[in-house]
Amino acid sequence: MTRHRIWMPLALAAMAALVALPSDALAQKTRITVYTALENDQLGPYKAAFEADNPTVEIAWVRDSTGVMTARLVAEKDNPRADVIWGLSASSVVLFENMGMLTGYTPKGADGIKPVFRDAKNPAMWTGMDAYLSVVCFNTKEAEKTKAPAPKSWKDLTNAAYKGQIVMPNPASSGTGYLTVAAWLQVMGEAEGWKYMDALHQNIAVYTHSGSAPCVQAATGERLMGIGFDMRGAVEKTKGAPIDLILPSEGAGWEMEATAIVKGTKNLDAAQKLVDWTISRKANELYGKYYAIVAMPGINAAPPNYPAGAEKAMVKNDLAWMAKERDRILAEWTKRYDGKSAPK
Amino acid sequence: MTAATAPPIRARASRDDLIMRACLGLFALWLLVAVALPLWSLLSKSFQDRDGVFVGFANYLRYVETPALFQSFWNSLFVAAATTAIVVPLAFVYAYALTRSCMRLKPLFQGLALIPILAPSLLPAISLIYLFGNQGLLKGWLFGQPVYGAVGIVTAQVFYCFPHAMMILVTALSMADQRLYESADALGASRLRVFLTVTLPGAKYGLISTAFVIFTLVITDFGIAKVVGGRFNVLATDIYKQVIGQQNFEMGAVVGVILLAPALLSFAVDRVVARRQVAQLSARAVPFEPKPRRGRDLALTVFCLGIGLTILGVFAVSVWASFITFWPYNLTLTLKNYEFGNFDPLGWSVYVNSLIMASASAVFGTAIVFLGAYLVEKSKGFGLGRGLVHLLAMIPLAVPGLVLGLSYIFFFNMRGNPLGVLYGTMALLVVNTIAHFYTVSHLTALTALKQLDQEFEAVSASLKVPVWRTFFKVTVPICLPAILDVTIYLFVNAMTTVSAVIFLYSSETKPAALAIVNMDESGFTAGAAGMATVIVFTSAAVKLAQLGLSRLLSRTQAWRTR
Repeated sequence: MTRHRIWMPLALAAMAALVALPSDALAQKTRITVYTALENDQLGPYKAAFEADNPTVEIAWVRDSTGVMTARLVAEKDNPRADVIWGLSASSVVLFENMGMLTGYTPKGADGIKPVFRDAKNPAMWTGMDAYLSVVCFNTKEAEKTKAPAPKSWKDLTNAAYKGQIVMPNPASSGTGYLTVAAWLQVMGEAEGWKYMDALHQNIAVYTHSGSAPCVQAATGERLMGIGFDMRGAVEKTKGAPIDLILPSEGAGWEMEATAIVKGTKNLDAAQKLVDWTISRKANELYGKYYAIVAMPGINAAPPNYPAGAEKAMVKNDLAWMAKERDRILAEWTKRYDGKSAPK
Repeated sequence: MTAATAPPIRARASRDDLIMRACLGLFALWLLVAVALPLWSLLSKSFQDRDGVFVGFANYLRYVETPALFQSFWNSLFVAAATTAIVVPLAFVYAYALTRSCMRLKPLFQGLALIPILAPSLLPAISLIYLFGNQGLLKGWLFGQPVYGAVGIVTAQVFYCFPHAMMILVTALSMADQRLYESADALGASRLRVFLTVTLPGAKYGLISTAFVIFTLVITDFGIAKVVGGRFNVLATDIYKQVIGQQNFEMGAVVGVILLAPALLSFAVDRVVARRQVAQLSARAVPFEPKPRRGRDLALTVFCLGIGLTILGVFAVSVWASFITFWPYNLTLTLKNYEFGNFDPLGWSVYVNSLIMASASAVFGTAIVFLGAYLVEKSKGFGLGRGLVHLLAMIPLAVPGLVLGLSYIFFFNMRGNPLGVLYGTMALLVVNTIAHFYTVSHLTALTALKQLDQEFEAVSASLKVPVWRTFFKVTVPICLPAILDVTIYLFVNAMTTVSAVIFLYSSETKPAALAIVNMDESGFTAGAAGMATVIVFTSAAVKLAQLGLSRLLSRTQAWRTR
């Protein structure tokens, strides 16, 4: 039986070590937990740049897709674990605001960013960083094979030549999907918008569960084109994908990434330092490496392979309307397009 | 013992019985904390509105009115039934070949069949798209049918579920009494008759468990449906839409409750079957030893070779994918995709996290699972407690990982919960993983234990040997193969699990399987395939170590032979 006596304390020690693992925080530095949906390749540069300016604060990222992070934050509502939200869609942040999960703070220099990128209240509940669009990623190589013309507008997408070759995100699963649908309804008007989607539905192969998937699938020629998250398309093109990013002439739906402080944070001081930094010129210059539209005016925001004229293509978007009408629109959308079984 | 004074008609609980009941109580407590209470904290939301006010069945009514519901419901039933109908016979023949034939290279075939379980579920999905997608290498094989939809889901599920089925069936078939076959032989029974009257009834419990495990696995899995499901909606993707797409936990909980139905059904059937199951390995049993029979052995070898090569092929496509520069336009091979730091700042550290998580889950999980199964199977009396514990052990299988992960947030992050210290730690990931994969481990241990005669305990008791001594000296050594199977099962699943831990990891504890999902979402399919390959090889190495170890330990099984 001696074997078991030896193993027991070892097992206990191992268990204790597992519990103790994350608490070995550095002595002087304030460590703040930042929940984010930023792209993975942005995390390293953003953290390094911030910590270089604020040596006393250390960022610990928790990163996942927008839907997962939003669900996690809402689920943790009664006992929040995050100090700051940095790089999550503004509609999620507005949802948190309505649930009373945020602490207001107007960062130093808030006047320096475009008005649309900051909450009008005083103190501001959130500030914006950058904006992304829902664009069309069009695979030119596949188009050559089938002689399919490149679309110029949303209306063009209903062309029967594209039957079964377009993918877009399901708005019930993906925020990018919802902002796309909401933009059509706002630009075309409700009746016209639904009529448009009825026609488009005939050409859709699949409604994906992720906003990145459509441009990725267009990039690999899995589909002729995808309607989705612009930056994903630009990155794929940089990697060598034969795709063009098309900004439809009617304008494109957009969403911004935002920053906010979680109510009840024990590191308010460090959190405010971070939020101050997120609207600084330096931060905006960093955003500009990835996004074509950033919060601060006069920044040269030109990510590689991104089409010109993004800022002009932004539709007039009513965030409050989008939040208010969400349940109704999703129910209607699901009834029309999601209840049907797979195409035969 | 009081037997000397007045022999009681009904034996009073002995000290051993009391010890075992106390252990059973502790064990019930563990299941309560790891499974029941967290689940209740989420599923109770199905009776509440968004502000937490009790609304009775209003959410259920609203859900029933959703036109997509019945479609998803039938779709789920369809893919689950189709997968079960395909996997169970295939896995049965395969397991039969491994246990009851004199086929050569058995360890190799066993290893091949385990590959799918070693791989994250994204791997078959990636392979499927590279093979049969619109740019796929073998696109023509589907006669122009798109792989997206029911065909894709069932294909990927068959691949993914095969080892689960094989594992339970091997355990069920590996213990048999040679004497039964000898008697049948002496009575002149035909081979078919022996198969139908001895082999099948002996494996009945395993077969039924397998069918339910596969059915439930398919119905709750969401990863495959998400990637290759296309427009084919299933219940698990409905949960995703509600919870991740719309943060509507109440409606997600409603679907979660609906998904519990197969588990409850399986529990009821299990009770009925178990009552009729007779121990296979009575104390006087002689373990079965297959005799060579050329025709059968050859046919089974061909069958296993076919399945083994298919599995290997699917895996090979993913390995190849991990070296491609840019699919499908630039097929030059490169090592760049293994520089994970380029895709995720955590780089290779996620892999270390996975190793820690998987080792801890395997070590602690095996101890808990086996002890629990032993208590359920071997303790006397206290039927209600045992039934309850068994029911709790059956539930995790029916719970989609998404639901389990969220319920852990609600329970362990609750204000005032003393267990809250675990939140955000590796320990909670381990607890969650053990709970998530509890059912199959429990069933494996139970299947092994059910085949042991109760006489072992009775004899020990009459010899006044304490129960724990019999446990360590007899039960554990006999069941060592099954115990090691459970250890490996927990390890490899911990290496690949995604859906539950996605809500629970912190900045220091992100596991590799999650990095794979993230990479795939952001279009780094090659990197995702690369990390998946690393995981497969790691788990395969552990599996090989197990095989080496069992060879060393084969002494404990030597008694089985005459």
